[in-house]
Amino acid sequence: MRTAAPVLAVIGLILVLWYGATVWLNAAWTYDQAARDGTEVTFATLVSDTMAQERPVLPPPHQVAAELWKGLTAYAPTSKKSLVYHGLVTLTSTFWGFVFGTLLGSLMAVVIVRSRVAEMGLMPWAVISQTIPVVAIAPMIVVLSNTLGFGERLGVENQLVSKTIIAAYLSYFPVLVGMVKGLRAPDQMQLDLLKTWGASDLQTFRLLRLPSSMPYLFASLKVGIAASLVGAIVGELPTGAIEGLGARMLIGSQFGSPIVVWSALFAAAILAGGLILILRAAETAINKRMGGRT
Amino acid sequence: MTDPITQSPVIEAKSVNLVFQTNDGPVQALKDVNLIINQGDFVSFIGPSGCGKTTFLRAIAALEHPTSGTLTVNGMPPDEARRKRAYGYVFQAAGLYPWRTIAKNISLPLEIMGFSKEEQQTRTQRVLDLVDLGGFGQKFPWQLSGGMQQRASIARALAFDADILLMDEPFGALDEIVRDRLNEELLSLWARTGKTIGFVTHSIPEAVYLSTKIVVMSPRPGRITDVIDSPLPRHRPLDIRDTPAFIEIAHRVREGLRAGHAHD
Repeated sequence: MRTAAPVLAVIGLILVLWYGATVWLNAAWTYDQAARDGTEVTFATLVSDTMAQERPVLPPPHQVAAELWKGLTAYAPTSKKSLVYHGLVTLTSTFWGFVFGTLLGSLMAVVIVRSRVAEMGLMPWAVISQTIPVVAIAPMIVVLSNTLGFGERLGVENQLVSKTIIAAYLSYFPVLVGMVKGLRAPDQMQLDLLKTWGASDLQTFRLLRLPSSMPYLFASLKVGIAASLVGAIVGELPTGAIEGLGARMLIGSQFGSPIVVWSALFAAAILAGGLILILRAAETAINKRMGGRT
Repeated sequence: MTDPITQSPVIEAKSVNLVFQTNDGPVQALKDVNLIINQGDFVSFIGPSGCGKTTFLRAIAALEHPTSGTLTVNGMPPDEARRKRAYGYVFQAAGLYPWRTIAKNISLPLEIMGFSKEEQQTRTQRVLDLVDLGGFGQKFPWQLSGGMQQRASIARALAFDADILLMDEPFGALDEIVRDRLNEELLSLWARTGKTIGFVTHSIPEAVYLSTKIVVMSPRPGRITDVIDSPLPRHRPLDIRDTPAFIEIAHRVREGLRAGHAHD
């Protein structure tokens, strides 16, 4: 109960600000219409009109909520009108991008922790890779993977492949940084102790470095899965995709219908929230097995 | 104490020098160290920081390597002695893995050395009983006090039956009362097991109370200034610390430490 109050207060504040902004931003159109019709706009008509426009600059929360609810429940999950359908499309590439990104990031971290040369050779490129805007590189990845026909060779859609690559490209980095830090977490005393027992490098890795890195891994995974979702959505924008939450946002903005864009945005946010919750459950379970206090 | 078995040398250092190469140039951590430690000895190394006591202990454990001179453990080079599991090492921090139970922590070296599961279990239980932690095997480290954690780390060092126990300020982070009790327990453990113990400390009473041999060291460069063979009996109740003999040895140690500082 005590935690519910502040949460509700923040939500309430956001709603108030949002409704206020809705009136303010959509007012121009209402005044234009009124000027054309030669009628006066009272405050009451201003509010009621800005709340119910067909193509508002900023749709009010209830319009977004209605559109979102319709998208989620009004159609069969297999229908292309259903946000569940589009969400699943995005989720698929988010998932694979996350899996490959995590594998790549962890693998690179292991190599970097083992060798200083590898660190000097790889780390700058990893950092540079993240300074390039993903919207710039995404079209190239799409063209390349289409030209090389990765999808056909793997027996999946080309679009899934390019979206997975983009998602992995964004999500490997936080995992890499977190795992390098995590695998280096054991102090010299711990390493000396293992040395006095004659532990091999592999044993040191398995028994000490890997378990020590777990808290860092989970912190990174949470950032990584969010990055992966962003990557999947961005990957849907330039592909001329007709499926996925990114495609919904693109279609919404092209056809001048902000309500569609906003409902897709919220669908993506709900998806991200769900993914984080799953990760948190996994973290709690592992933490429990590793003797955590909570 | 004239028993010939107890007089065989276990650790022998002959003109050992050890120089660290640092960014500020070479640092002589050990200079011309000569020392013989016999089977069953309890040897304390005492001196101010930078005197090389820890470095010498680490050299015995093959964690550092002398730049010149010879150092043998059981007649072998330290590296070889390590492979033969000649010693267990106890650091100032217990260094237990928080994700393993106490029993699992103690069986960790056994697991690494490839002991069978049953062997791991029986040995772990035996050393747990030895340090009076019999009922705590299934607890996690954070559920134990600092003193209990350090006892567990001693048990871990004993689990694979090393003849030599090397301890680097094992009780340095504990309060006086816990320290007294652990000192007493360590002496009784030593009496029961007949291990050879190398013990680094910078507490004079601790060194005098525990040791059969006290090695006084001084810094820059790290060297031995005095070796005192304690006349105290092997069995020592805590109140031996109020006897004239004890105070006399403590005095000699203090003099040795002061003489070492006179060079500064």
